[in-house]
Amino acid sequence: MTALRHLLRDPVAALGLALVLFAIVVALFAPWLAPYPEDAFESRLLQRLKPPSAEFPFGTDNLGRDILSRVILGTRSAVVVAVSVVLAAMLIGVPVGLWAGWREGWVSETLMRVTDVFLAVPQLILALALGQLMAPGLTTAMVALALTYWPFFARTVHAETRRLRGALFVDALAGIGASTPRILLLHVLPNAAPAILVRATIGMGFTILTAAILGFLGVGAAPPSPDWGLAVAEARQHLPEAWWFPTFPGLAILLLVLGFNLLGDGLRDVADPRLRRGR
Amino acid sequence: MARYILRRILLALPALFGLVLLTFVLTRVIPADPAATLAGDAATPAQLAEIRARYGLDRPLWEQAVTHMRQVLSGDLGSSIFSGRPVMEEIVFRLPATLELTFVALLLATGLGVPLGLLAALNHNGPIDHLARLISVGGLAIASFWLAIMLQLIFAMDLDVLPLRGRIDVALGAPPTVTGFFLVDSLLAGRLDLLVDTLRHLALPAVTLCLPGLASIARFTRSGVLETLQKDFVLYAQAAGYGRVRLAAIYVLRNAVTVTVAQIGLLFGALISGAVAVEAIFDWPGLGTYAVQAILSADYKALLAVTLVVGVVYAVVNVLVDVAQALIDPRVAEQVK
Repeated sequence: MTALRHLLRDPVAALGLALVLFAIVVALFAPWLAPYPEDAFESRLLQRLKPPSAEFPFGTDNLGRDILSRVILGTRSAVVVAVSVVLAAMLIGVPVGLWAGWREGWVSETLMRVTDVFLAVPQLILALALGQLMAPGLTTAMVALALTYWPFFARTVHAETRRLRGALFVDALAGIGASTPRILLLHVLPNAAPAILVRATIGMGFTILTAAILGFLGVGAAPPSPDWGLAVAEARQHLPEAWWFPTFPGLAILLLVLGFNLLGDGLRDVADPRLRRGR
Repeated sequence: MARYILRRILLALPALFGLVLLTFVLTRVIPADPAATLAGDAATPAQLAEIRARYGLDRPLWEQAVTHMRQVLSGDLGSSIFSGRPVMEEIVFRLPATLELTFVALLLATGLGVPLGLLAALNHNGPIDHLARLISVGGLAIASFWLAIMLQLIFAMDLDVLPLRGRIDVALGAPPTVTGFFLVDSLLAGRLDLLVDTLRHLALPAVTLCLPGLASIARFTRSGVLETLQKDFVLYAQAAGYGRVRLAAIYVLRNAVTVTVAQIGLLFGALISGAVAVEAIFDWPGLGTYAVQAILSADYKALLAVTLVVGVVYAVVNVLVDVAQALIDPRVAEQVK
């Protein structure tokens, strides 16, 4: 609770939290919020490429679908992709980091060298290669993103575990006979939680951006899905006439990523007062 | 210092070796059958078998791994299964275009980001500071492909002041190839018109690409300067009567900028990633466009070669960055021992 109060005292972080909460609400209630929910799949060629109006606040796309509805419906897939990719990456990265940080020996060494290999190529390039080699599609893109994001968690948790391993309270726990799983799960992990949380929040924004690029390049979501990146790609053939077509899906990406980044920034300040911006 | 540099290079080797292995695993263990992709849907089993034999896909896995390793080490990344030309040749031909674009973007990012971060820190909690924060958070949140399209829409389509796509005007033609960098080559040929045209073509893609870099450089410079300003030697210099400008430029910036330099290595990865989408949008004839074409034509040989080359370039840049950091701040090299 104190942490939350700290967070809300920073207006910029509060804005980030508000944007993220707004996106989650939109994602949850998307089919009820969208003015034309059936526009996820149906096309109406008679009203294609109409500029923004009272009837269609964001205009219509090349198949006559309401862009506002599709932006709202696309929020759900963006949030679902971000959450599942980051969770999956955590499930791989956190145990690897804990183990490699706690134990010495060739297993730990190997794990961290594997992490290095994954970090030796920019994430997007690796995700593209992975996504292409497994049949392209949204699921593949998500697997590829998770497989390329876990090393970031492994690094973070490894560093935290290494730091805590030498702490006095950990020695004391070992002294009174606490088992290794108990020390790691009940004592080390909670202490590493703030760093993991910050990494996860920033990872959400990062994942949404990368997933949008994959969708844009045709390695992610497939038509007629109301994916934001895909919409921007489809819009390219209708420029400069239909300026509204790429503008609004792109703004949606911007606002959601901005929300996660601002929130991540604010959380970092709360988690680690040494890095506090306001100083 | 020499020992530090050598050590840093040796440390980069295992990761590169792992990368070569990883690219092999990617092509062989992941199910999509490359032979089937190559032959198309209508292929007969006999044709499939012939293709497998020609590309060595019928050999045992370990044998393929050894062959893969040997080929990569000798610089042979195979032939594109689409065009039939050696992949390495196509990459070498395209690499300068990508490097030129990323270097110009990096230059813009550093040239604008460092002063912005410095001004923000000196103007702590003032209007410039808030502006810098907006730029640094917004710059990281904006999707490069979207920004590229928006800039095209405004500056190339509506206002018609900058070219829409390409690296140089086709009517003018490329300068005679010496380095492959058009900026350098046009100067060497003494053709100022080509230089201007190259710059005009560079403007939009470079600005798009530099934004995330500018954002993080400004941010790290700002926090580095703020931290340095707390140090005793700054207080001493202030007490000794140094002016603000001299203090900032000589004492603070050099100490603060080591953090920023370390950041540039990481940034380079972001730049290369960004270049994929940005190049595809601006029809920039570099590695990014090549990678996108490889994806569209399911040319896994080309895609893996791009992954490898990017990995090597990335490793080289990171070694250079670490060395630069050690040169600016000798304590970095000391710490490693």
